[in-house]
Amino acid sequence: MAEGVKRLQTPLGRVRGLGSARSGTHHWWMQRVTSIALVPLVVWFAAAAIGLAGAGYEASAAFVADPVNAVLLLLLVGVTLHHLAAGLQVVIEDYVRAEGVRLAAVWGVKAACLVLGLFAAVAILRIAV
Amino acid sequence: MATFTLPANSRLTQGKTYRAPAGAKNVRAFRIYRWDPDSGENPRTDTYEIDLDQCGPMVLDALIKIKNEVDSTLTFRRSCREGICGSCAMNIDGLNTLACLKPIEEVKGEVRIMPLPHMPVVKDLVPDLSQVYAQYRSIEPWLKADTAPPPDAERRQSKEERAKLDGLWECILCFCCSTSCPSYWWNGDRYLGPAILLQAYRWIADSRDEATGERLDNLEDPFRLYRCHTIMNCTRTCPKGLNPAEAIGKIKQLMVQRQG
Repeated sequence: MAEGVKRLQTPLGRVRGLGSARSGTHHWWMQRVTSIALVPLVVWFAAAAIGLAGAGYEASAAFVADPVNAVLLLLLVGVTLHHLAAGLQVVIEDYVRAEGVRLAAVWGVKAACLVLGLFAAVAILRIAV
Repeated sequence: MATFTLPANSRLTQGKTYRAPAGAKNVRAFRIYRWDPDSGENPRTDTYEIDLDQCGPMVLDALIKIKNEVDSTLTFRRSCREGICGSCAMNIDGLNTLACLKPIEEVKGEVRIMPLPHMPVVKDLVPDLSQVYAQYRSIEPWLKADTAPPPDAERRQSKEERAKLDGLWECILCFCCSTSCPSYWWNGDRYLGPAILLQAYRWIADSRDEATGERLDNLEDPFRLYRCHTIMNCTRTCPKGLNPAEAIGKIKQLMVQRQG
Protein backbone atom coordinates (compact mmCIF):
# COMPACT_ATOMS: atom_id res chain seq x y z
CA MET A 1 0.00 0.00 0.00
CA ALA A 2 1.68 3.19 -1.16
CA GLU A 3 1.60 6.01 1.37
CA GLY A 4 -0.17 9.13 0.28
CA VAL A 5 -2.13 7.48 -2.54
CA LYS A 6 -5.75 8.42 -2.12
CA ARG A 7 -7.86 5.30 -2.16
CA LEU A 8 -11.49 5.78 -3.03
CA GLN A 9 -12.33 2.08 -3.41
CA THR A 10 -15.11 1.12 -1.02
CA PRO A 11 -14.25 -0.92 2.08
CA LEU A 12 -16.39 -3.80 0.75
CA GLY A 13 -14.54 -3.75 -2.58
CA ARG A 14 -11.23 -3.85 -0.78
CA VAL A 15 -12.31 -6.66 1.55
CA ARG A 16 -13.70 -8.81 -1.27
CA GLY A 17 -10.48 -8.13 -3.16
CA LEU A 18 -9.56 -10.93 -5.55
CA GLY A 19 -11.96 -13.39 -3.90
CA SER A 20 -11.02 -16.47 -1.94
CA ALA A 21 -8.10 -18.64 -3.08
CA ARG A 22 -10.23 -21.82 -2.69
CA SER A 23 -7.20 -23.41 -1.04
CA GLY A 24 -5.42 -23.58 2.27
CA THR A 25 -7.27 -26.57 3.71
CA HIS A 26 -4.80 -29.11 2.32
CA HIS A 27 -1.87 -27.13 3.68
CA TRP A 28 -3.49 -26.78 7.12
CA TRP A 29 -4.58 -30.42 7.28
CA MET A 30 -1.19 -31.78 6.19
CA GLN A 31 0.45 -29.74 8.93
CA ARG A 32 -1.75 -31.55 11.51
CA VAL A 33 -1.27 -34.98 9.88
CA THR A 34 2.52 -34.64 9.68
CA SER A 35 2.73 -33.48 13.30
CA ILE A 36 0.83 -36.59 14.45
CA ALA A 37 2.94 -38.85 12.21
CA LEU A 38 6.08 -37.34 13.72
CA VAL A 39 5.17 -38.47 17.24
CA PRO A 40 5.89 -42.21 16.72
CA LEU A 41 8.67 -41.53 14.19
CA VAL A 42 10.59 -39.24 16.54
CA VAL A 43 10.12 -41.64 19.48
CA TRP A 44 11.44 -44.48 17.32
CA PHE A 45 14.39 -42.41 16.10
CA ALA A 46 15.30 -41.21 19.60
CA ALA A 47 15.23 -44.78 20.90
CA ALA A 48 17.34 -45.95 17.95
CA ALA A 49 19.86 -43.15 18.41
CA ILE A 50 20.21 -43.96 22.11
CA GLY A 51 20.62 -47.65 21.24
CA LEU A 52 23.39 -46.81 18.74
CA ALA A 53 25.26 -44.49 21.10
CA GLY A 54 28.95 -45.54 21.04
CA ALA A 55 28.19 -48.42 18.67
CA GLY A 56 30.68 -47.28 16.03
CA TYR A 57 30.50 -46.94 12.23
CA GLU A 58 29.96 -50.58 11.27
CA ALA A 59 27.03 -51.15 13.60
CA SER A 60 25.43 -47.83 12.61
CA ALA A 61 25.77 -48.56 8.89
CA ALA A 62 24.25 -52.00 9.47
CA PHE A 63 21.36 -50.36 11.30
CA VAL A 64 20.64 -48.02 8.36
CA ALA A 65 21.06 -50.87 5.87
CA ASP A 66 18.21 -52.78 7.48
CA PRO A 67 15.22 -52.28 5.09
CA VAL A 68 12.75 -51.47 7.89
CA ASN A 69 15.09 -48.91 9.43
CA ALA A 70 15.86 -47.38 6.03
CA VAL A 71 12.15 -46.95 5.22
CA LEU A 72 11.45 -45.44 8.66
CA LEU A 73 14.42 -43.07 8.25
CA LEU A 74 13.18 -41.98 4.80
CA LEU A 75 9.72 -41.40 6.30
CA LEU A 76 11.19 -39.41 9.18
CA VAL A 77 13.18 -37.18 6.83
CA GLY A 78 10.26 -36.63 4.43
CA VAL A 79 7.65 -35.94 7.08
CA THR A 80 9.96 -33.68 9.09
CA LEU A 81 10.88 -31.55 6.10
CA HIS A 82 7.26 -31.35 4.90
CA HIS A 83 6.25 -30.21 8.38
CA LEU A 84 9.14 -27.74 8.50
CA ALA A 85 8.28 -26.19 5.13
CA ALA A 86 4.58 -25.95 6.00
CA GLY A 87 5.30 -24.37 9.38
CA LEU A 88 7.80 -21.84 8.06
CA GLN A 89 5.37 -20.89 5.29
CA VAL A 90 2.80 -19.97 7.94
CA VAL A 91 5.33 -17.82 9.80
CA ILE A 92 6.34 -16.04 6.59
CA GLU A 93 2.71 -15.43 5.57
CA ASP A 94 2.03 -14.03 9.03
CA TYR A 95 4.86 -11.53 9.15
CA VAL A 96 6.06 -10.69 5.63
CA ARG A 97 3.78 -8.10 4.05
CA ALA A 98 5.53 -7.32 0.75
CA GLU A 99 4.16 -9.74 -1.82
CA GLY A 100 7.38 -10.27 -3.77
CA VAL A 101 9.46 -10.90 -0.66
CA ARG A 102 6.79 -13.21 0.73
CA LEU A 103 6.67 -15.27 -2.45
CA ALA A 104 10.46 -15.50 -2.68
CA ALA A 105 10.76 -16.50 0.99
CA VAL A 106 8.07 -19.20 0.79
CA TRP A 107 9.53 -20.74 -2.36
CA GLY A 108 13.06 -20.41 -0.97
CA VAL A 109 12.04 -22.41 2.11
CA LYS A 110 10.29 -25.05 -0.02
CA ALA A 111 13.30 -25.41 -2.31
CA ALA A 112 15.73 -25.63 0.62
CA CYS A 113 13.60 -28.32 2.29
CA LEU A 114 13.36 -30.29 -0.95
CA VAL A 115 17.12 -30.17 -1.53
CA LEU A 116 17.84 -31.17 2.08
CA GLY A 117 15.36 -34.02 1.81
CA LEU A 118 16.92 -35.31 -1.42
CA PHE A 119 20.42 -35.21 0.05
CA ALA A 120 19.24 -37.13 3.13
CA ALA A 121 17.38 -39.66 0.99
CA VAL A 122 20.40 -40.27 -1.24
CA ALA A 123 22.60 -40.73 1.84
CA ILE A 124 20.21 -43.27 3.35
CA LEU A 125 19.74 -45.15 0.08
CA ARG A 126 23.50 -45.31 -0.60
CA ILE A 127 23.91 -47.24 2.62
CA ALA A 128 20.72 -49.27 2.36
CA VAL A 129 20.66 -50.30 -1.30
CA MET B 1 7.80 -5.74 5.42
CA ALA B 2 8.26 -4.74 8.99
CA THR B 3 8.60 -1.01 9.59
CA PHE B 4 11.09 -0.02 12.21
CA THR B 5 9.96 3.53 12.79
CA LEU B 6 6.55 4.43 14.11
CA PRO B 7 4.28 6.40 11.80
CA ALA B 8 3.71 10.09 12.54
CA ASN B 9 1.61 10.84 15.61
CA SER B 10 2.15 7.39 17.15
CA ARG B 11 4.12 8.33 20.22
CA LEU B 12 1.98 8.84 23.32
CA THR B 13 2.71 11.91 25.41
CA GLN B 14 1.75 12.83 28.96
CA GLY B 15 -1.40 14.95 29.03
CA LYS B 16 -3.22 16.93 31.67
CA THR B 17 -4.29 15.77 35.12
CA TYR B 18 -7.69 16.79 36.41
CA ARG B 19 -7.65 16.68 40.23
CA ALA B 20 -10.54 15.31 42.26
CA PRO B 21 -12.70 17.92 44.04
CA ALA B 22 -11.46 18.81 47.52
CA GLY B 23 -12.94 16.64 50.22
CA ALA B 24 -13.36 13.57 48.00
CA LYS B 25 -12.56 10.44 50.04
CA ASN B 26 -12.79 7.55 47.59
CA VAL B 27 -10.64 8.82 44.71
CA ARG B 28 -9.66 6.73 41.70
CA ALA B 29 -7.55 7.92 38.76
CA PHE B 30 -8.66 7.18 35.19
CA ARG B 31 -5.87 7.45 32.66
CA ILE B 32 -7.44 7.83 29.24
CA TYR B 33 -6.06 7.91 25.69
CA ARG B 34 -6.81 11.18 23.94
CA TRP B 35 -6.26 12.07 20.31
CA ASP B 36 -7.80 14.88 18.34
CA PRO B 37 -7.31 14.59 14.55
CA ASP B 38 -7.80 18.34 14.11
CA SER B 39 -5.03 19.37 16.52
CA GLY B 40 -2.12 17.85 14.58
CA GLU B 41 -0.62 16.85 17.93
CA ASN B 42 0.49 13.43 19.12
CA PRO B 43 -1.95 11.41 21.19
CA ARG B 44 -1.68 11.88 24.95
CA THR B 45 -3.01 10.28 28.10
CA ASP B 46 -5.09 12.53 30.34
CA THR B 47 -5.64 11.58 33.97
CA TYR B 48 -8.98 12.23 35.61
CA GLU B 49 -9.41 11.79 39.35
CA ILE B 50 -12.95 10.73 40.15
CA ASP B 51 -14.70 10.48 43.49
CA LEU B 52 -16.15 6.97 43.34
CA ASP B 53 -18.65 7.85 46.09
CA GLN B 54 -20.28 10.17 43.56
CA CYS B 55 -20.07 7.77 40.59
CA GLY B 56 -21.87 4.66 39.31
CA PRO B 57 -20.16 1.25 39.59
CA MET B 58 -19.09 0.64 35.98
CA VAL B 59 -16.23 2.12 33.95
CA LEU B 60 -18.81 3.58 31.55
CA ASP B 61 -20.41 5.44 34.48
CA ALA B 62 -17.05 7.08 35.15
CA LEU B 63 -16.58 7.98 31.47
CA ILE B 64 -20.03 9.58 31.35
CA LYS B 65 -19.33 11.43 34.58
CA ILE B 66 -16.05 12.77 33.16
CA LYS B 67 -17.77 13.91 29.97
CA ASN B 68 -20.67 15.52 31.86
CA GLU B 69 -18.80 17.14 34.71
CA VAL B 70 -15.08 17.41 33.98
CA ASP B 71 -14.17 17.45 30.29
CA SER B 72 -16.89 17.55 27.64
CA THR B 73 -14.31 17.03 24.83
CA LEU B 74 -13.74 13.37 25.83
CA THR B 75 -15.13 11.31 22.95
CA PHE B 76 -16.37 7.72 23.14
CA ARG B 77 -19.22 5.58 21.81
CA ARG B 78 -21.92 4.30 24.10
CA SER B 79 -25.58 3.50 23.80
CA CYS B 80 -27.40 0.77 25.74
CA ARG B 81 -25.22 0.71 28.93
CA GLU B 82 -26.18 -2.95 29.49
CA GLY B 83 -23.89 -5.01 27.25
CA ILE B 84 -26.16 -5.57 24.30
CA CYS B 85 -25.19 -2.90 21.74
CA GLY B 86 -21.42 -3.34 21.73
CA SER B 87 -20.73 0.38 21.29
CA CYS B 88 -18.52 0.97 24.33
CA ALA B 89 -15.93 -1.70 23.47
CA MET B 90 -12.48 -0.48 24.49
CA ASN B 91 -9.27 -1.63 26.13
CA ILE B 92 -9.60 -1.29 29.90
CA ASP B 93 -6.71 -2.26 32.16
CA GLY B 94 -5.09 -4.13 29.28
CA LEU B 95 -8.09 -6.23 28.26
CA ASN B 96 -10.65 -5.51 25.55
CA THR B 97 -14.10 -5.37 27.07
CA LEU B 98 -17.30 -3.37 27.30
CA ALA B 99 -17.04 -0.32 29.55
CA CYS B 100 -20.65 -0.81 30.63
CA LEU B 101 -20.01 -4.36 31.89
CA LYS B 102 -16.64 -3.69 33.54
CA PRO B 103 -16.93 -2.87 37.26
CA ILE B 104 -14.42 -0.22 38.39
CA GLU B 105 -13.85 -2.38 41.49
CA GLU B 106 -12.30 -5.14 39.31
CA VAL B 107 -9.42 -2.84 38.35
CA LYS B 108 -6.56 -2.48 40.80
CA GLY B 109 -5.21 1.06 41.07
CA GLU B 110 -5.29 3.48 38.16
CA VAL B 111 -7.85 2.62 35.45
CA ARG B 112 -6.08 2.75 32.08
CA ILE B 113 -8.39 3.13 29.10
CA MET B 114 -7.29 2.87 25.46
CA PRO B 115 -9.25 2.47 22.21
CA LEU B 116 -9.58 -1.04 20.72
CA PRO B 117 -6.03 -2.04 19.70
CA HIS B 118 -4.63 -1.74 16.20
CA MET B 119 -7.60 0.00 14.62
CA PRO B 120 -7.41 3.45 13.03
CA VAL B 121 -8.57 6.00 15.60
CA VAL B 122 -11.23 8.52 14.62
CA LYS B 123 -10.94 10.44 17.89
CA ASP B 124 -10.06 9.56 21.50
CA LEU B 125 -11.71 6.17 22.23
CA VAL B 126 -13.57 5.92 18.91
CA PRO B 127 -12.02 3.43 16.45
CA ASP B 128 -12.77 3.36 12.72
CA LEU B 129 -14.75 0.15 12.17
CA SER B 130 -15.51 0.54 8.45
CA GLN B 131 -13.19 -2.31 7.42
CA VAL B 132 -14.57 -4.81 9.91
CA TYR B 133 -18.15 -3.85 9.00
CA ALA B 134 -17.28 -4.45 5.33
CA GLN B 135 -15.84 -7.83 6.32
CA TYR B 136 -19.12 -8.62 8.08
CA ARG B 137 -21.02 -7.67 4.91
CA SER B 138 -18.68 -9.87 2.85
CA ILE B 139 -19.77 -13.09 4.60
CA GLU B 140 -23.40 -12.32 3.63
CA PRO B 141 -24.89 -12.55 7.11
CA TRP B 142 -28.41 -13.42 6.11
CA LEU B 143 -30.41 -16.58 5.50
CA LYS B 144 -29.91 -17.95 1.99
CA ALA B 145 -32.31 -20.63 0.81
CA ASP B 146 -33.72 -21.67 -2.56
CA THR B 147 -36.58 -23.63 -1.03
CA ALA B 148 -39.55 -21.35 -0.49
CA PRO B 149 -40.77 -21.12 3.10
CA PRO B 150 -44.17 -22.71 3.86
CA PRO B 151 -46.81 -20.24 2.60
CA ASP B 152 -48.56 -20.00 5.93
CA ALA B 153 -45.66 -20.30 8.37
CA GLU B 154 -42.01 -19.56 9.08
CA ARG B 155 -39.16 -21.90 8.12
CA ARG B 156 -39.12 -24.85 10.48
CA GLN B 157 -36.24 -25.87 12.71
CA SER B 158 -36.12 -28.58 15.35
CA LYS B 159 -35.07 -27.81 18.91
CA GLU B 160 -31.82 -29.72 18.33
CA GLU B 161 -31.08 -27.73 15.16
CA ARG B 162 -31.83 -24.47 16.95
CA ALA B 163 -29.55 -25.46 19.84
CA LYS B 164 -26.60 -25.44 17.43
CA LEU B 165 -26.91 -21.65 17.23
CA ASP B 166 -26.45 -21.19 20.97
CA GLY B 167 -23.13 -19.53 21.71
CA LEU B 168 -23.23 -17.91 18.25
CA TRP B 169 -26.35 -15.73 18.08
CA GLU B 170 -25.37 -13.93 21.30
CA CYS B 171 -22.48 -12.13 19.57
CA ILE B 172 -23.10 -8.39 19.60
CA LEU B 173 -20.30 -7.45 17.16
CA CYS B 174 -18.34 -5.32 19.62
CA PHE B 175 -15.06 -6.56 18.01
CA CYS B 176 -13.26 -6.99 21.33
CA CYS B 177 -12.12 -10.38 19.99
CA SER B 178 -10.94 -9.36 16.53
CA THR B 179 -8.94 -6.44 17.91
CA SER B 180 -7.29 -8.70 20.52
CA CYS B 181 -6.03 -11.12 17.85
CA PRO B 182 -2.38 -10.76 16.73
CA SER B 183 -3.21 -12.38 13.41
CA TYR B 184 -5.88 -9.73 12.87
CA TRP B 185 -3.39 -7.01 13.86
CA TRP B 186 -0.81 -8.14 11.29
CA ASN B 187 -3.12 -9.21 8.46
CA GLY B 188 -6.48 -7.60 9.21
CA ASP B 189 -6.88 -6.46 5.61
CA ARG B 190 -7.14 -10.08 4.45
CA TYR B 191 -7.81 -12.19 7.56
CA LEU B 192 -11.48 -11.96 8.55
CA GLY B 193 -10.78 -12.19 12.30
CA PRO B 194 -12.62 -14.07 15.06
CA ALA B 195 -15.77 -11.92 15.22
CA ILE B 196 -16.52 -12.26 11.52
CA LEU B 197 -15.60 -15.97 11.41
CA LEU B 198 -17.90 -16.66 14.37
CA GLN B 199 -20.66 -14.86 12.47
CA ALA B 200 -19.82 -16.83 9.32
CA TYR B 201 -20.15 -20.05 11.32
CA ARG B 202 -23.46 -18.82 12.76
CA TRP B 203 -24.91 -19.07 9.20
CA ILE B 204 -23.04 -22.27 8.33
CA ALA B 205 -24.49 -23.90 11.47
CA ASP B 206 -28.05 -22.74 10.72
CA SER B 207 -30.09 -25.72 9.51
CA ARG B 208 -32.42 -23.40 7.56
CA ASP B 209 -29.59 -22.04 5.43
CA GLU B 210 -28.98 -23.80 2.12
CA ALA B 211 -25.75 -22.07 1.07
CA THR B 212 -23.26 -23.86 3.34
CA GLY B 213 -20.99 -24.99 0.49
CA GLU B 214 -20.90 -21.54 -1.04
CA ARG B 215 -20.12 -20.04 2.37
CA LEU B 216 -17.26 -22.49 2.90
CA ASP B 217 -15.96 -21.74 -0.62
CA ASN B 218 -15.73 -18.06 0.25
CA LEU B 219 -13.84 -18.76 3.47
CA GLU B 220 -11.41 -21.31 2.03
CA ASP B 221 -8.37 -19.08 1.78
CA PRO B 222 -4.92 -19.02 3.43
CA PHE B 223 -5.64 -15.51 4.69
CA ARG B 224 -9.40 -15.21 5.21
CA LEU B 225 -9.60 -18.29 7.46
CA TYR B 226 -6.22 -19.93 7.96
CA ARG B 227 -4.48 -16.98 9.63
CA CYS B 228 -6.19 -18.29 12.79
CA HIS B 229 -3.53 -20.12 14.82
CA THR B 230 -5.77 -20.83 17.80
CA ILE B 231 -4.07 -18.17 19.91
CA MET B 232 -7.33 -17.97 21.94
CA ASN B 233 -7.09 -14.25 22.82
CA CYS B 234 -10.56 -13.95 21.27
CA THR B 235 -12.15 -16.41 23.67
CA ARG B 236 -10.31 -14.97 26.65
CA THR B 237 -11.43 -11.40 25.99
CA CYS B 238 -15.06 -11.90 24.84
CA PRO B 239 -17.22 -9.85 27.23
CA LYS B 240 -20.20 -12.08 26.38
CA GLY B 241 -18.36 -15.30 27.30
CA LEU B 242 -18.50 -16.71 23.76
CA ASN B 243 -15.88 -18.92 22.09
CA PRO B 244 -14.92 -17.65 18.62
CA ALA B 245 -11.87 -19.96 18.55
CA GLU B 246 -14.17 -22.99 18.80
CA ALA B 247 -16.38 -21.68 15.98
CA ILE B 248 -13.30 -21.24 13.77
CA GLY B 249 -12.17 -24.77 14.68
CA LYS B 250 -15.55 -26.09 13.55
CA ILE B 251 -15.24 -24.27 10.22
CA LYS B 252 -11.81 -25.89 9.68
CA GLN B 253 -13.31 -29.28 10.56
CA LEU B 254 -16.02 -28.84 7.93
CA MET B 255 -13.37 -27.82 5.38
CA VAL B 256 -11.55 -31.13 5.95
CA GLN B 257 -14.79 -33.11 6.13
CA ARG B 258 -16.01 -31.96 2.71
CA GLN B 259 -12.78 -33.09 1.08
CA GLY B 260 -13.93 -36.65 1.58
